[in-house]
Amino acid sequence: MFTKLKPVFIIAGRELKDQFRDWRVLAPMAVLVLCFPILMNAFAQQSVDFLNRYNANLIIDRLVPFSILIIGFFPITVSLVVALEAFVGEKERGTIEPILSSPLEDWQIYFGKLLVGVATPLIASYLSFGLYMLLVIRRDLTLPSSLTIIQLILLTTAHAFLMVSAAIVISVQSTSVKAANLLASFIVIPVAILMQGEAGMLFWGNDNVLWWAVLGVTIVALLLIRLGLAHFQREYLLGREIDAVNLRWLWHTFWRNFLGGARSVPDWYRSVVGPSFKKIVPSIFALLLVATVSVLLSYMWVMKNMPAILESAPKDQIARFTQNLRETPDLKEIREKVSAPYLFLNNTRAVFVIFLAGVVSFSVLGVLAYMLNIALIGGLFGVVQLLGIPAWPLFIGGVLPHGIFEIPALIAGSAAMLYFGVSFVTPQTGRSFGEAGIELFADWCKIFVGIVVPLMAIAAVIETYITPHILINILN
Amino acid sequence: MIETHDLSKQFHDFWAVDGINLSVQAGQILALLGQNGAGKTTTVRMLTALLNPTRGWARVAGYDVVKNGRDVRASIGVLTEQHGLYTRMSANEYLEFFGQVYGLDPSHRTQRRDQLLEYFGLAEAAQRRIGEYSKGMRQKLALARAMMHDPGVLLLDEPTSAMDPESARLVRDEIARLKSSKRTLVLCSHNLTEVESLADQIAIIYRGRILKIGTLDQLKIDVLGTPEYEIKFAWDWDSSGLELPSGANLLSRTANSLKVRIERPQEINPILMNRLSSLSAPVMAFQEEPRSLEQVYLKVMSDAKGNTNVH
Repeated sequence: MFTKLKPVFIIAGRELKDQFRDWRVLAPMAVLVLCFPILMNAFAQQSVDFLNRYNANLIIDRLVPFSILIIGFFPITVSLVVALEAFVGEKERGTIEPILSSPLEDWQIYFGKLLVGVATPLIASYLSFGLYMLLVIRRDLTLPSSLTIIQLILLTTAHAFLMVSAAIVISVQSTSVKAANLLASFIVIPVAILMQGEAGMLFWGNDNVLWWAVLGVTIVALLLIRLGLAHFQREYLLGREIDAVNLRWLWHTFWRNFLGGARSVPDWYRSVVGPSFKKIVPSIFALLLVATVSVLLSYMWVMKNMPAILESAPKDQIARFTQNLRETPDLKEIREKVSAPYLFLNNTRAVFVIFLAGVVSFSVLGVLAYMLNIALIGGLFGVVQLLGIPAWPLFIGGVLPHGIFEIPALIAGSAAMLYFGVSFVTPQTGRSFGEAGIELFADWCKIFVGIVVPLMAIAAVIETYITPHILINILN
Repeated sequence: MIETHDLSKQFHDFWAVDGINLSVQAGQILALLGQNGAGKTTTVRMLTALLNPTRGWARVAGYDVVKNGRDVRASIGVLTEQHGLYTRMSANEYLEFFGQVYGLDPSHRTQRRDQLLEYFGLAEAAQRRIGEYSKGMRQKLALARAMMHDPGVLLLDEPTSAMDPESARLVRDEIARLKSSKRTLVLCSHNLTEVESLADQIAIIYRGRILKIGTLDQLKIDVLGTPEYEIKFAWDWDSSGLELPSGANLLSRTANSLKVRIERPQEINPILMNRLSSLSAPVMAFQEEPRSLEQVYLKVMSDAKGNTNVH
């Protein structure tokens, strides 16, 4: 094992030495490490003095951890420049070919670069943490609990892996350092938004919420590493394909994959959609399992936590809500509020949003969005039961008629999204990053157009014209 | 040691290399000649297992470039078009680093590094940063890197470019030594004099295809025709009594010289010499009209450009 890992450290060691000899890397790092904690400390002191006047204890408590989060973030952002040029910079300088011509494995070169890309900012971040905490102690401010400090260190480490692994993916796929730097906004902006979310969690959530943030960021970072490795091909790093951004070729590649040479709609379903559907069958089974677990968990959560909430809720509101559920709905009123096109657009949009969430997170956020959608069933079932209303008839009459079409459409659309994410981070031999992406997108489109859209259309018509009748009959 | 069959590489709809067949044995040097963009670098990259062939196959040092890429790379030394040197490192550190990359043990690494630096006259500058090196020094260091692990196959792109004559001679001597020690070498060069003096086989590539391949003599005959010889006499001598052997054609005659085209020089020249000797001809010189590789190359290229069938 060590023999296999040794080249990783050889590559990383050389890079690290190189970085520590470059004042353009060292100077901003030194400034950030030495000056930023002092500035943050002064800011924290002023803020505490100010907030003390208003007894804003929660904010005071969270100010130091928040500062630690920010202090850790800045060195990573600056050193991103180094990671961004890890491969493309060497390519521009002509130093990559001797390395690629060596007997090193792809993953050894990749991890060598990743390791040093992560090590430099982390060294700077940890030094900043240390200095800042020393200053906090000197100013008699309260340090966060050791658990929170561990969480923040882990979160910063996960951020470093997330940003550096994304930067290295960009570096492998870029044609020039300039292009890589321009693409850096695709890392900095989402991570800045993520940081805002985490800051929100820090102020309003409890300590456990940060663990979820650590887990989420780590999963996405690991998937990014996997993505980078899957698409790291010496050929594309040196070849000409990587330089070609050809919109015509993009469209033709997509269209060729989408149509698959079919001559008619039945032929398209038989020879194109069918094979694509076969590919997503394992994902369908996985999502069925996820659906079962989600429904059960949400049902159990509701049964455990809702009684206390219902107990404390105003009695008249509960009574009104229960009455509304028991009352026979007015069919005319329903038709005025919801129409088949409205339902159709709403549901297909949900599948599309799940896909978008999956694309930006290699399926992680997409699966979470799917889980939330499906979990509603279990949660609602539990609430109805708790209110003393017979849940089964309500669900059989109100959900099942259109659900027979809508739920499979949701599962198929989500499974196509899952397949897209999983395949994208799987090595695609003989295909470039772009080709693999286009082909997978075409696969998703086949499922969406060929299966999701028709099923959602049928479901919308049933939900508008049949479900209300069945529901009224049952309630009557 | 290097064998290819129908080796081809397509980038989108462009064939950078199209059906190249090579066979280079141990102790041989093959020179690839061609314009910039002819496909030499793509060929070398396929032989280095950096690019996968679109069609055909290649075996280097006994390994298939697609199936055993790692073994191929471990068995070859590559001097790339760009030097690929890390300018913040010293020559010592640089060779040490590549020694580690190629898995040489520490004592062997140091010994090999010092030996190469000494040979290429870089020992005194071994501690200096490469950024301070001249172009020639960089080229020598890059060559030392390619030879660091003592590979059986060397792929050298312009090995003496930017070198002063003395250093270039040093490198040529080293290439000759490598050849004599049964290494297989592929040389990409625009220096035709160098190719002439070093190569056993020469391949002229144009738009991804080999137009001509063979030894220098074969190419000269193939492209420029049978060789011409000039016989100079020490004084005016009546050569009309000389009967030329079959396969030798008279081109011109003066009072003190003859110009003949000879189809099979190895066979005919001794006969001709004998006849001249028997006639007591005052032969002062019997020499082949100089025909350079440059003439061969330019003729091949001009024919190729004029031939619309070549693509």
